[in-house]
Amino acid sequence: MSGDLGDLYQEVIIDHGRQPRNFRKLDGATQAEGFNPLCGDQLTLYVKLADGRIADIAFQGAGCAISQASASLMTTALKGKSEVEALALFGRVHAMLTEGLDGKVPPAELGKLAVLSGVWEFPMRVKCATLAWHTLRGALQAPGERVSTE
Amino acid sequence: MTAVPTSALDAGPLHPAGAHLDVERVRREFPILSETPYGKPLVYLDSAATSQKPQSVIDATSRFYARDNANVHRGVHYLSERATEAYEGARAKVQGFLNAASVKEIVFTRGTTESINLVAQTYGKTRLGEGDEVLVTAMEHHSNIVPWQMLCEQRGARLRVSPITDAGELVLDELEALVGPRTKLVAVTHVSNVLGTINPIRRVVEIAHARGARVLVDGAQAAPHLDIDVQALGCDFYALSGHKMYGPTGIGVLYGREELLEEMPPYQGGGDMIASVSFEKTVYNKVPYKFEAGTPNLAGAVGLGAAVDFLGGLGHEALAAHEHDVLAYGLLALSEFPGLRLIGTTPAKASVVSFVLDGVHPHDIGTVLDRQGVAIRTGHHCAQPLLSRLGLAATARASLGCYSTRREIDALVAGLETVQDTFR
Repeated sequence: MSGDLGDLYQEVIIDHGRQPRNFRKLDGATQAEGFNPLCGDQLTLYVKLADGRIADIAFQGAGCAISQASASLMTTALKGKSEVEALALFGRVHAMLTEGLDGKVPPAELGKLAVLSGVWEFPMRVKCATLAWHTLRGALQAPGERVSTE
Repeated sequence: MTAVPTSALDAGPLHPAGAHLDVERVRREFPILSETPYGKPLVYLDSAATSQKPQSVIDATSRFYARDNANVHRGVHYLSERATEAYEGARAKVQGFLNAASVKEIVFTRGTTESINLVAQTYGKTRLGEGDEVLVTAMEHHSNIVPWQMLCEQRGARLRVSPITDAGELVLDELEALVGPRTKLVAVTHVSNVLGTINPIRRVVEIAHARGARVLVDGAQAAPHLDIDVQALGCDFYALSGHKMYGPTGIGVLYGREELLEEMPPYQGGGDMIASVSFEKTVYNKVPYKFEAGTPNLAGAVGLGAAVDFLGGLGHEALAAHEHDVLAYGLLALSEFPGLRLIGTTPAKASVVSFVLDGVHPHDIGTVLDRQGVAIRTGHHCAQPLLSRLGLAATARASLGCYSTRREIDALVAGLETVQDTFR
């Protein structure tokens, strides 16, 4: 618990938290619900696959800046990725959020998502950032089920 | 309530009745207040979640283990007698604290939640039948909703909800209309943990009793702030938690009117709750022991007794005047804060300030404040039905205790300015 607030609330996060990208309903998409019962954060993720690739992805929901920014950044990072690539990225992001960067995950593989690397020093907030990603896995692997962080 | 000197305050009560509360002296009683999270002075504004503990309570608990520890009620030896005296002495202190008519009306439990479950699963289970009703209010904590839901499901009974105003007050006319011939029990909080609203319990009791319904009061948030007199309130059950009133965790109280406790079946079976046991027949112990199966939380009860002494030493008038001063100061300061909206605006309030801030989620407020040493609670506060009634998913909540100061409110406001700078 040594992280500075500036590491957590980087400008990109504030920006995406305030004006989330791809924040809309996607008709005809596979959807999954994510819910954090501890704090009430909730999001609906919409994914459209074509030929094993994410042709379009969007979300709607309500929550803190971290959860909204994480979902927003995730949708921008995943457009055009294959399912396999998306799940591999899930693994890298999860590692970054729970263990930090620390040389284990090359920042280059994370791109813009690396702005979330400060989250791991705020253990109470890790679930805010992972909610969107858990919901993504739900959408790809068990669509229609409600994903809970607990 | 009379002022009782505590062992840590041998010089006498902190404040003679009616006197001004010397908050700096009170603060020195709480060792944790000298902690410095992130190198900042601790500003603890989360007493509604759990209060901090004065040295006298910490000492009473550790002294019990160091000098008196033995099992109670059945030992013939010296220590068992001392432990029994300490445990039963704590019961007598709680009786005085609540002004119950008899020590037999004081049942030790793990806390408010267990007290409510006890009533649901003993009184409720034997008195509720198909089509009967339990009435709760829209501002209840989950612990005063879920046990009744479980009971209603078991008995085919119906849970009904008395509405509140936008300001967070009960609507007594509507409550009265909802208490009908099938209403067996009305379960209501004395003080709301989200809104701070102090409910008019005497009126609720009059309405319920006029129709033959019993009343259970959730006193978890009232116990640390109000002068409670269960006989004057007229309620049938009163539940509280030690840890919210400067006592230890894991100890609480159920007050029940003696004739009701007598009629109720035991809650759990085990040792201490029996008079005699054979494989053919068990005779239950008398009240309150009938409801205290197993070795109770002895040190916790002793610590709760010390907490009662601590509160007595502060003096109710002085405590109420002090907490009201800090609350009024806080409400004014926050109401002037740009973009901030207070949740729960009734004038009859105790020590809780809930709010939301334009464009910033309560969790982000909580994290930014935390890094400045300011501890508040954020989220739904275990009252999701209330939050959804108010059209909110979460609030930020600052809650006060006897050690709270205007200076800490200033720190909260300064912290909120940092919140706004962060999210500008």
